[in-house]
Amino acid sequence: MKNATDMSQRHDSGFTVEVGAQSGQKLSACYQCGNCTAGCPASFVYDRQVNQIMRGVQLGMKDEVLDSRAIWLCLSCSTCSLRCPNNIDVAAVMETLRHMARKENRVAVGNVEKFWFSFLNTVRAFGRSWEIGTMALYMMRSLRLFTDLDLAPEALKKQKLGFKPHVVAQGGASSVTRIFKRYKERAEREGVRP
Amino acid sequence: MRIGVFVCHCGSNIAGTVDCAKVAEIAKNFPDVVYADDPMYTCAEPGQAAIEAAIHEHKLDGVVVASCSPRMHEATFRRTVERAGLNRYMFEMANIREHVSWIGKEQQANTNKSAELVEIAVAKLRNNRPLAAKTFDVTKKTLIVGGGVAGIQAALDCAEGGIPVILVERESTIGGKMAKLDKTFPTVDCSACILGPKMVDVAQHPGITLYACAEIEEVSGYVGNFSVKIRKRATYIDWEKCTGCGACSEKCPSKKTPDVFNEFTGTTTAINIPFPQAIPKKAVINAQYCRQFTKGKCGVCAKVCPAGAIDYAMQDSFVTEEVGCIIAATGYELMDWTIYQEYGGGRYPDVITSLQYERLLSASGPTGGHIVRPSDGREPQTIVFIQCVGSRDNSIGRPYCSGFCCMYTAKQAILTKDHLPQSRSYVFYMDIRTPGKMYDEFSRRAVEEYGVEYIRGRVSAVYPDGLGRYVVMGADTLLGEPVEIRADMVVLAVGIEAAKNAPALAEKLRISYDKYGFFMESHVKLKPVETNTAGVFLAGVCQGAKDIPASVAQGSAAAAKALALFARDKLENDPQTAQVDARRCVGCGKCIRCCPFGAITETEIRNEKKAQVIETVCQGCGLCTSTCPQGAVQLSHATDNQILAEVNALCR
Amino acid sequence: MNYAYYPGCSAKGSSADYEKSTQAVCAVLGMNLVEIPGWNCCGSTPAHAVDTELSAALCSRNLDIAAQQGVEKLLTPCPSCLSNLRHTAKRMENPQFRARVDELLDNPAAPDFPGVTSVMQGMAAHCDANGIASFIRKDLGQLTLAPYYGCLMSRPADIMDFGDPENPTLMECLLAACGAKVLDFPLKTACCGASYGIPERTMTARLSARILRLATDMKADAIVAACPLCQMNLDLRQPQAAKEADAIFAMPVLYFTQIMGLAFGLSPDTLGLEKLRVSASALLDKLEPAPSISKTPVEGGQSCE
Repeated sequence: MKNATDMSQRHDSGFTVEVGAQSGQKLSACYQCGNCTAGCPASFVYDRQVNQIMRGVQLGMKDEVLDSRAIWLCLSCSTCSLRCPNNIDVAAVMETLRHMARKENRVAVGNVEKFWFSFLNTVRAFGRSWEIGTMALYMMRSLRLFTDLDLAPEALKKQKLGFKPHVVAQGGASSVTRIFKRYKERAEREGVRP
Repeated sequence: MRIGVFVCHCGSNIAGTVDCAKVAEIAKNFPDVVYADDPMYTCAEPGQAAIEAAIHEHKLDGVVVASCSPRMHEATFRRTVERAGLNRYMFEMANIREHVSWIGKEQQANTNKSAELVEIAVAKLRNNRPLAAKTFDVTKKTLIVGGGVAGIQAALDCAEGGIPVILVERESTIGGKMAKLDKTFPTVDCSACILGPKMVDVAQHPGITLYACAEIEEVSGYVGNFSVKIRKRATYIDWEKCTGCGACSEKCPSKKTPDVFNEFTGTTTAINIPFPQAIPKKAVINAQYCRQFTKGKCGVCAKVCPAGAIDYAMQDSFVTEEVGCIIAATGYELMDWTIYQEYGGGRYPDVITSLQYERLLSASGPTGGHIVRPSDGREPQTIVFIQCVGSRDNSIGRPYCSGFCCMYTAKQAILTKDHLPQSRSYVFYMDIRTPGKMYDEFSRRAVEEYGVEYIRGRVSAVYPDGLGRYVVMGADTLLGEPVEIRADMVVLAVGIEAAKNAPALAEKLRISYDKYGFFMESHVKLKPVETNTAGVFLAGVCQGAKDIPASVAQGSAAAAKALALFARDKLENDPQTAQVDARRCVGCGKCIRCCPFGAITETEIRNEKKAQVIETVCQGCGLCTSTCPQGAVQLSHATDNQILAEVNALCR
Repeated sequence: MNYAYYPGCSAKGSSADYEKSTQAVCAVLGMNLVEIPGWNCCGSTPAHAVDTELSAALCSRNLDIAAQQGVEKLLTPCPSCLSNLRHTAKRMENPQFRARVDELLDNPAAPDFPGVTSVMQGMAAHCDANGIASFIRKDLGQLTLAPYYGCLMSRPADIMDFGDPENPTLMECLLAACGAKVLDFPLKTACCGASYGIPERTMTARLSARILRLATDMKADAIVAACPLCQMNLDLRQPQAAKEADAIFAMPVLYFTQIMGLAFGLSPDTLGLEKLRVSASALLDKLEPAPSISKTPVEGGQSCE
C-alpha cells in the first residue's frame, strides 16, 4: 500500500524555479481549474493529466514530472495555452519539461524520440526531410518493422512519397550538416545530452 | 507659539521600525516645541486624555501628532484639541505609519525620516491660523440613481423616514435584474412575488417621485445642496395619459422587435410594456423598430390608443431637482460572454446565459415557464451549467469572483429538475462559494436531493455535434480525467461587470471607481456605503458583486446615512476654502472658469471686477490657487506660506 | 507580381498536390511564386521538441537567405513551417538567444528578417473577394465544405497573427468567394494528431476520426485543409481513423487551393487531384458551369483580409 506523500520531503523548490525560468511562465498563477486537461486532444493517452503535471511542477515533484509519458505525447497544439484563464503558456511548460527530461536522458516514450531523430537525421544528411528515409530509420530504431505498412500500397500507388531525397543544392546540405555538427559538439561541451 | 509633539508607537506598528522616543527627543529641538512625548496608543482614550492634559499643563496653543494617515485619525485629534480649548485647525499630523514604518524596515532611516516629517508638521503649524466653519441650510431630499432592488429599498426607507425621494431609472420600469429572475435563492420564493409589492409601494408612496426612462445629465452643488439635471428620454407616449391598457402593443405590426426585458430570448412589439408588473405600467416605443419611424408610415398605435397618448413628435426633455444627498444604485450588467469563441461566441442557439435561462423558467417569460431549446423548441434532457464564464479569468482581465453565480446555478439546477423531472443536470465548477446564511445547505441540496452532478473543472470547449446536440469538453480534476457530455442545452453562468456608463456617472458625481468600473467606497471595511464625496452614498452591485440580501441591506444602509445627514437642519462647511485677496485680484476670471464646483462668482468692488468665493460651495480643491496668475487666491490651511514653510523645513 | 516563396519539404514529397495546386491557383491570380535559393527544412516539430536553439538555427538559415535576397515578405503554404519561422523570428529578438543560435550557423544571421506569411493570407492581400470572384469559371454552389485549419495556423495568436485563434475565418471567406457553401465547422482548429501517426498511431487515428466524424455528421461534401500533415492524416490515414472509430468514412479531404482551382476551372490533373486517397470524383460531379461570369467587381465587395 502506498504511503501518504510527505509534502515537506517532496518539495524541490529549485525544480519549480528552474521550470518557471526556462519556460518564462508564472507557475504559481495556476489555480487548477483543469481547462488544460479538458481541452487537451492527447489527454486520453497521458499517464498524468496536464493539470496534474502543472501541480507536480508547483510542488517540485521532479521525478514524477520528468519521468511522465505525458510530456512526450504532448502534440504542441497549444490549446491549453490558448484557453488558460491565467495566461499561462502551458504548452511552453510542457516543452520545457521535455527539454529538461531529454537533457537528463529521461525518455519515458522512446519511440517518440526515435521518430524525431529519424526525421532530423534525414535533415542533417540532405538539408531537407525525406519521408521514406525517416520511415526506414524509424523502423530500424524502434524495431517496429510494420509501421504503417498498411499505408504503403496506397502511398506508393499515388506516388505520395519520393524515392529519392531532395538534396539542397549549392552546398546547402553540408551547411545544414554543419549546424547539426556544431549543435552536437556544443551539447557535449556543456555536458548535456544532444 | 507653544507646540506639543506626540509620537505614537501604534503598538508595534510604528515602534517596530521607528525609535519613537528618539523622534520625540529630536522634536524638542524644533522651534516653538515646548513638549514632546511618545505614547503607546495616541488615539486611545488615555492617549487623547494625555494630549488634553498636556495642553492645559504646558499651555500649548498647537499640537502635532505623528502617527497614522490623516484619513484615519485627523478628525479624532481635531476633536481632542478642541475639547482642550484649541481651535481644531491648530493641529497637524505627520504620517509616520503608512509613509514610514509600513514601507521601510531600516530603523535608523525610518527614525530620521519620521523626525523630518515631524519637523515639516511643526513648520506648518507655526503658520496655522484658527479657522471657523460656516453653517448652511440643507435641502432635505434624496435622489436615488437606479431602481433595482437596492435603489427601491433605499427609496422606501428614505420615504418612510419622511424624506422625499427622487428615483431615477434608465429603463422604462423599475425592478432591475431582480425583476427578470424567476425564483430567488435560498428559499426558492418567486422573485416577482416578493419584489412586486415593493415596486407597487414605490409607485404609491406619496414621498417618492419616479422618473423612468431617465438618466442623470449633470450634477452640481455639494452635500446638502445638490442640483441634478435629469434627462427624460422621449418615450413617444404621454405617460400622463397612458393607462397601461396594452391595446397598442396588441395591434402593433412590428412584432420582430428584440425583447430586451426577456434577454433577447424572444421578440416583442415596437411599442410595449416590458412585463405585466412593470412600474410605471406605461408603454414605450422602440423607435429603432417602429414602422412610423423606420418607414415613415404606420400610426396603428395612435389609432387604437383610447387615451390619445401617442406622441411621435416627442423629444427628450429635462428637469432639474434640488436635493441634499444622492444614492448611486446603478447595478451591473452581464459581461459580453461572446468573446468566448470556444463556447461558440454566441453562434450556437442553445448555448445561453443564466439570465436568459431565468426568462425561460419564468411563467411570464417567452415560453410561459417551459424549458425548451431556443433552436427547435424541444425539451432538453441533458443540461450542462458552466460556472465562472467571465469570472476569475485573468486572460480576459476579469480576475474577480461575481459572487452569486454558485448559488443561482444551484437554484437553476434544482428548478430544472422540478420542471423536467426526467432531465439530467451537470454543473462544471472550480470552487463552490456559498458563505451566506442557509447557502451551503442549499447548494448541497442540489446534489443530495436533486441529483445534480457537480463536476470539478472548467470547460474547454462546447460545439455542436452535427446531430442536434452539443459536445461539452470538460475535465473532472478530482477524477484526474477529461470528461465529455452530450448536452441538449448549455447554460453559462456569465460573470458581472459594472454598468457600461458607470464611469461617466461617477465623474458626474465626482466619486472614484476602480479599474473595472465599480464605484469606490470610502473605506473598504468601515465606510462601505459612503464615498469620498460628502453626501453621495452607494447601494447594491454598483459598488461590487453582491446578492439580493446584501443589496437590500446596503440599500437600507444608504438610506440610514441619508436620514442621519438630514437629522440636522444645518450643516457646517469645511473652512479649508479658497480666499481671494481683492487687492491682488485683477478680475481676469480664470479662477471662475477653472472651478469645477461653480464656487467662484464675479463681483464688483469700487467699479472693478473681482472674484468672490462662495465658501459653502467651495470644496477646497485648490485648482483656483494654482491657476491664478496673480497669486491672489489662497487656500486656507494650505496657503503658499504654509507650504513654503514645509518645504523650507525639509530643505534646510 | 513576384513573391518570395518557401515551399517546405512536404511540397517536394507527400503534398506535391498542395504545391501543384498552389502554384496553379497563384498563377491564375497573377502571383508568381519564386523559391528562395538553397532553402532547407525548418526542422518541423522534431527540431523544436528536441531543442529550441537547433530549431531556430535551421529556420534562421532560411530567413537569412531571404534577407540576403532583399525579400520583404516570404510566403509559405505550410502552417508548421510558418509557425517555426515566425517563432524563430520572435525568439531571435532576444540577443542572448541570437548569440547562441549564431554559434550554430556558418555566419551570424542577418540582423533583420523578412516577415513570413501564409500563402492563404498572401492571396487575400493580393486580391480581395471581388478579385477572386472575377476568376470563377465553375459553380461550386452545390458543394458544402468544412473548412479545417488545423491547430498551428492560428495560434499562438500573437505569433501567428491569423485572426481569432479559436475561430479564424479567412478560408471561409475565400471559399465563399469561390461560390461554395461553407459550414461553420466547430473543429476547424482542433488537432489532427500531427506527426504522431507514426510513433503513436492510435492517438492520431482517434483525433482524426473525431474531425472526420463531425464533418460526416454535418453532411460536408469535403473537408478543406490548409496543412500538408493534416491533409495526410485525414486523407491517407482515413482508413486507420475509421478502424479506430469503428466507422466508415468516405470524406474527401482537399487543399483549399484545390477547391479554388476547381472554381477557376482548372483541370483535376493541374490540381493534383489524383493524389487524393479518397477520391474527389463525387465533388467534380457536382460542379456546374458558372451561370454568369462577372467581369467587373461588385460595388462594395468585401476584402478577405
